[in-house]
Amino acid sequence: MKKHLMAYPYALWMLIFTMIPLALILFYSVFAIDDAGIHFTLDNFKRVFEPLYLAVFWRSIKLAAESTIICLVLGYPMAMILAGKNLSKKSILVVLFVIPMWMNFLARTYAWMTLLEKNGLIATIAGFFGIDLPSLLYTEGAVVLGMVYNFLPFMVLPIYSVLVKIDKTVVEAAEDLGANPITVFRRVIFPLSIPGVSSGITMVFMPALTTFVISRLLGGAHFTLIGNLIEQQFLTTMDWGFGSALSIVLMLMIMLSMGVTMRYEKENEGGGLW
Amino acid sequence: MHEEIIRLVNVSKSFDDQQVLQNINLSISRNEFVTLLGPSGCGKTTTLRIIGGFEVADTGDVIFEGKKINNLPPYKRNLNTVFQRYALFTHMNVYENIAFGLKIKKINKTDIERKVKEVLKLVNLSGYENRDIDSLSGGQQQRIAIARALVNEPQVLLLDEPLGALDLKLRKDMQLELKRIQQSLGITFIYVTHDQEEALTMSDTIVVMKDGKIQQVGTPQDIYNEPVNAFVADFIGESNIIDGVMVRDYYVEFAGRGFECVDKGFETNEKVDVVIRPEDIKLVPVEEGMLEGVVESVIFKGVHYEMIIYGNGIRWMVHSTMMEPANTRVGMKITPYDIHIMKKVTKE
Repeated sequence: MKKHLMAYPYALWMLIFTMIPLALILFYSVFAIDDAGIHFTLDNFKRVFEPLYLAVFWRSIKLAAESTIICLVLGYPMAMILAGKNLSKKSILVVLFVIPMWMNFLARTYAWMTLLEKNGLIATIAGFFGIDLPSLLYTEGAVVLGMVYNFLPFMVLPIYSVLVKIDKTVVEAAEDLGANPITVFRRVIFPLSIPGVSSGITMVFMPALTTFVISRLLGGAHFTLIGNLIEQQFLTTMDWGFGSALSIVLMLMIMLSMGVTMRYEKENEGGGLW
Repeated sequence: MHEEIIRLVNVSKSFDDQQVLQNINLSISRNEFVTLLGPSGCGKTTTLRIIGGFEVADTGDVIFEGKKINNLPPYKRNLNTVFQRYALFTHMNVYENIAFGLKIKKINKTDIERKVKEVLKLVNLSGYENRDIDSLSGGQQQRIAIARALVNEPQVLLLDEPLGALDLKLRKDMQLELKRIQQSLGITFIYVTHDQEEALTMSDTIVVMKDGKIQQVGTPQDIYNEPVNAFVADFIGESNIIDGVMVRDYYVEFAGRGFECVDKGFETNEKVDVVIRPEDIKLVPVEEGMLEGVVESVIFKGVHYEMIIYGNGIRWMVHSTMMEPANTRVGMKITPYDIHIMKKVTKE
């Protein structure tokens, strides 16, 4: 019974800060409040499916997917290198890798602005060699770069934690049965690391899909993502109803994508995010 | 008859400045069941891993069918390994595990199916093709590991303490089964264990190792009856090891008196180790004994009693089917044939 009591503060916390806001958002999205009082409406959801906003959804999904794929392509080999090193070197590498994550997210992103802008470091160095770069800032590439830079550790660490747990003798057994290094990777190491890959994908795709800071700082006004759109509804246009509807749709999309990746995670083999 | 298949020539190996193998020379014949036996840390597993290609010797050569294979990676060697903790692929079912090696060799599907079926029958697990690895018991997993190696029809099978994780009854059954498989397929088994009884049960040849060196190579009978030194004697079965002096050929002094023996060729008055198996000491009435002592303790061991008898300043371990109660005064008799004289191992 005591265990039950211990859970109440958390349940209360969840109720106040998660369940009630969620209920409010649901409420705002389907009820309009005007002079006539409160009445049910699906207008907000109809608006979400206007081409203008569908384009924003599509762009968000595309950029998030691109970032996730790049993170996977960069992160997997990185995780393998980390997992392959012997212990003493490994811990140094892991620390080097994690340190940037301790710095403020905004500071890191602003740093990229100064690197990428028209008279920034990269343009200056390129100019030094006689190359005239167009402004790198406020491009789609800059947004993807920002996402990859910020979310890469979320891909590397789950894959790394799965890779280090793979029994070395299983790899030796595969070699023993005639598998060359490529076959060992394809048939043994990669299949065994799928739980890590799928949690890595979830951990990168979700924040990339919902970010509004990276797209605003590195994309300027050109690359409105869902996150920016929602922020606008609540802080600028004050259209809470539409903002809530957008949030609900976004939430459903995330739940759907999690459902897909979860299918690849067998029970007990979950990537163990950290 | 004894065609050589593997030879190790002066193989040495160190890990982090610690020498684990020193000048190992060993010849293994086709169809032989060879056991590398020794306490943990004696280098037996390292020897096996060098043969398997998982470690590379610092110096010396590994010869397989007359060819040097020192730096050949494991996947190019025509031998297979059964690992200590099975090392099965948990993301595949039984069929996929066993078929793994065959698929790599691009053997056609019907042949693979037939071979998997045959090998499952060989390890008494017919019909287990679609089972998940996690759903199998330890003994079954071990059989799958053996099947996965055997299905490739290797000329040599390496086994690294494959029965270590099983309970006693299962281990005994599997020992006999492994021996049966080895004899019916006629392939060379190189088997690593620290269990002397297991080695005696299964092997054609036992290689006793200690501190990275081979102590003795011989048949189970040779090793048990004629151990070359006190270490081997002690490791293979229990022994009384007593300091003695070889007065002249066929005559040794220990425990304060002289004994006839069958050994010769020592220097006059050379200090030696005298090894006597506990079952070779016969208990007799005091007046008939060559030695006498008092029974200190008795332990029932199933087939026999193990008694510790204190006499002539020495604690003797005696195995006998007849029990003498504690504090009884008894005589002990040892025939010359049961007294084994060994050169003292120089301490390093």
